[in-house]
Amino acid sequence: MLRLEGLSKVYGTGDRALTDVSFTVEPGQVVGLIGPSGAGKSTLIRCINRLVEPSAGKISLGDLDITQLSRGGLRQARRRIGMIFQEYALVERLTVMENVLSGRLGYVGFWRSFFRKFPPESVENAYRLLDRVGLSAHVNKRADALSGGQRQRVGIARALEQDPDLLLIDEPTASLDPKTSRQIMRLIIEICDERGLPAIINIHDVALAQQFVQRIIGLQGGKVVFDGSPDELDADVLTRIYGEEDWSATIRKVDEDAEGTEDSAEEIAAALDRERLAGLT
Amino acid sequence: MAPVMTDTSSEQVTSGPVWRKRTTKQELALWLGWLVLAAFFIFCWQIMTKTTIWAFVYDAPRQALDIGSRMVPPRWEYLPNLLEPLWDTIAIATLGTLLALFMAVPVAFLAARNTTPSTRFIRPVALLIIVSSRSINSLIWALLLVAIIGPGVMAGIVAIAFRSIGFVAKLLYEAIEEIDATQVEAVSATGASKAQIMDYAVVPQILPAFAGITVFRWDINIRESTVLGLVGAGGLGLRLQESLNVLAWPQVTIIFILILITVLVSEWVSAKVRHAII
Amino acid sequence: MTTATAPAFPTTWSRPPFIKRAWLRWTLYLGALLYMVLAVGSVEVNWMRVWEGLDRGLRFIQGFLLPDFTSRWEDILIGMEESLTMAVTSTVAGVAISVPIGIGAARNIAPLPVYAVCRAIIALSRSFQEIIIAILFVAMFGFGPFAGFLTLSFATIGFLAKLLAEDIEDIDESQAEAVRATGAGWWQIVTYAIQPQVMPRLIGLSLYRLDINFRESAVIGIVGAGGVGATLNTAMDRYEYDSAAAILILIILIVMAAEYSSGYVRKWLQ
Repeated sequence: MLRLEGLSKVYGTGDRALTDVSFTVEPGQVVGLIGPSGAGKSTLIRCINRLVEPSAGKISLGDLDITQLSRGGLRQARRRIGMIFQEYALVERLTVMENVLSGRLGYVGFWRSFFRKFPPESVENAYRLLDRVGLSAHVNKRADALSGGQRQRVGIARALEQDPDLLLIDEPTASLDPKTSRQIMRLIIEICDERGLPAIINIHDVALAQQFVQRIIGLQGGKVVFDGSPDELDADVLTRIYGEEDWSATIRKVDEDAEGTEDSAEEIAAALDRERLAGLT
Repeated sequence: MAPVMTDTSSEQVTSGPVWRKRTTKQELALWLGWLVLAAFFIFCWQIMTKTTIWAFVYDAPRQALDIGSRMVPPRWEYLPNLLEPLWDTIAIATLGTLLALFMAVPVAFLAARNTTPSTRFIRPVALLIIVSSRSINSLIWALLLVAIIGPGVMAGIVAIAFRSIGFVAKLLYEAIEEIDATQVEAVSATGASKAQIMDYAVVPQILPAFAGITVFRWDINIRESTVLGLVGAGGLGLRLQESLNVLAWPQVTIIFILILITVLVSEWVSAKVRHAII
Repeated sequence: MTTATAPAFPTTWSRPPFIKRAWLRWTLYLGALLYMVLAVGSVEVNWMRVWEGLDRGLRFIQGFLLPDFTSRWEDILIGMEESLTMAVTSTVAGVAISVPIGIGAARNIAPLPVYAVCRAIIALSRSFQEIIIAILFVAMFGFGPFAGFLTLSFATIGFLAKLLAEDIEDIDESQAEAVRATGAGWWQIVTYAIQPQVMPRLIGLSLYRLDINFRESAVIGIVGAGGVGATLNTAMDRYEYDSAAAILILIILIVMAAEYSSGYVRKWLQ
């Protein structure tokens, strides 16, 4: 369980990114974080593993107070928090396997990681995860040889290799086409379900958020202005988050998606895709 | 939105008439610039040629012909004497480059904005090391080192190394500053230690640049190490100096030919290796 | 987790080697190792001499901390004057000659015979160190900065003409095409289509070369081609390390100043 209490962040430049943000994420719950650019979504999830140092407030994961940790303690805490990035953030010149194994860096010593001699169970798990995300055929490829969707799958595998208690996901689909976006979102949700893994997903695509997550938090100007189920998102709420605009198109689109007609077609497409990828040796 | 609009429109309004004015103004400035440059050139020329003995200059074509006629035919039987100095020259360049790498890599990390421990104190020191090393030619370094540690290959190696530190460190720290920060962020988010972040996120990103810079510098160092012997730091230059001292021009020719071939081969090797890396 | 039904996965993994063919990989590794051993082995070091030299090294470092600008100030001034004027005149002359040669060495606008001649000049200029050229010019033109001026001008040609030729070969062909389509002659193509495209880089490169020429001017004095190098050589011969340090510090300062100001000029030009 993740709990944020009165989290605030003021950057050195004086910009207020977050003001008094408080909420709790229950075990197994996937939360979508929406809001306009500059609302502080990215800062918020980076505060949770302290890639960005919070200015005030308290973050606790289970009964661990992350904000009070020393550097060593922080490293230990980060091992439990998997992170998936917008531009995949794979180390492009390393192989797919090295990228996935880098999820274990917090658990092995420097020399072991330097010689790429990870414990057998880590390697086995990495193979299993790559199989799970459909990349068995690409283990020894360099990360920059993969397509966008494949890279994000590697990013997911890397986060899972950490065997995390929490996933932080920053705009996982922003660099992907609509179809791949859905495949990636579905994969993330499936995996969270399989493992009962709580997750916070930053997402700018409201329709995609509504389709996949159980709970939505709306951020505006660094403050929480909405916290509820996807069904409660209406024109009024969207105006509160994003400002005045004609929201009917967005909402109607959501309704169509909810019908699920297109869904099954996509399932087939995804399966085909996976098969095609498997054939690519 | 509104202020931006007025900004551009006002710029458009004023830039209409000003633009024409500018061309004439610009043209004038251009001519003035050329004039100043020409005057400056003549001024410098006069200072420079203050001590020139023009009789020697007029005599130069005859001298050139004279030297040219003495240089041929090359004395081929001198070639075996050059093999050991050639080996030394290559050793100076290679070992000097390696020695430089050992010193340049830490300096580069201290100089790069994103890896330096302190922008205020350590970075300027690293930059000073870089500029000092770059400003002083390897031949001058050799001059100093021959005086300090005595003539020989060792002085050449250290001279090449000192000159190369600045070159390698400058290009390398620029490469370090250009790395993708999100890759570093991603690896640190897994709970990796500082050393592991270096190994997994920073080094893979700069390795191609590093290899390219190394080979490039090695190629330059081969060139430079051919002449270090002129001041006593070993290699082919040593034989060149000896031959020049006794005005043995046919030997000088053969040394020139050998230097030319060495330089061309090293350039070819360096181009091949760089191609293979990228 | 779903381990029960999943197939067994490998428990070891090693990074695929950079060079795939094993024999080639090992040959290269062993060859490199063998060369290193032989090269290091061939370096003869007279440790006694090095030990004695440490004292001088120390004095040199002292010289750097307490440089002596005054006692050789006259010589330093004359040397610096020569170095700076040599750098300026040789850069101007070198650039002036490089432009036609650079145009001649660009395959896309020069006829083949001209191209071959210009490329040959460039190759000749680039293959030899400045110091070797300086030796020859000193032998022909006598000691002094004039030989240095010629040396640096010659070296400038190899550097600038090559880069200029590459720039011209890289230009946007469509612009030249457009000018050519209007029925323009060769000269008009050069001035209207090529000059505007390569001019900014040419200025930047000339400034960079000015910087290099100054640094080189400090070296060629060692073989008698004028400049501060001669002063430095004398100071070293007389073991006046504090004067030598003063000269080196001046060189470093001038190079730093040149680098900063050329950075400004380049920014201003853009």
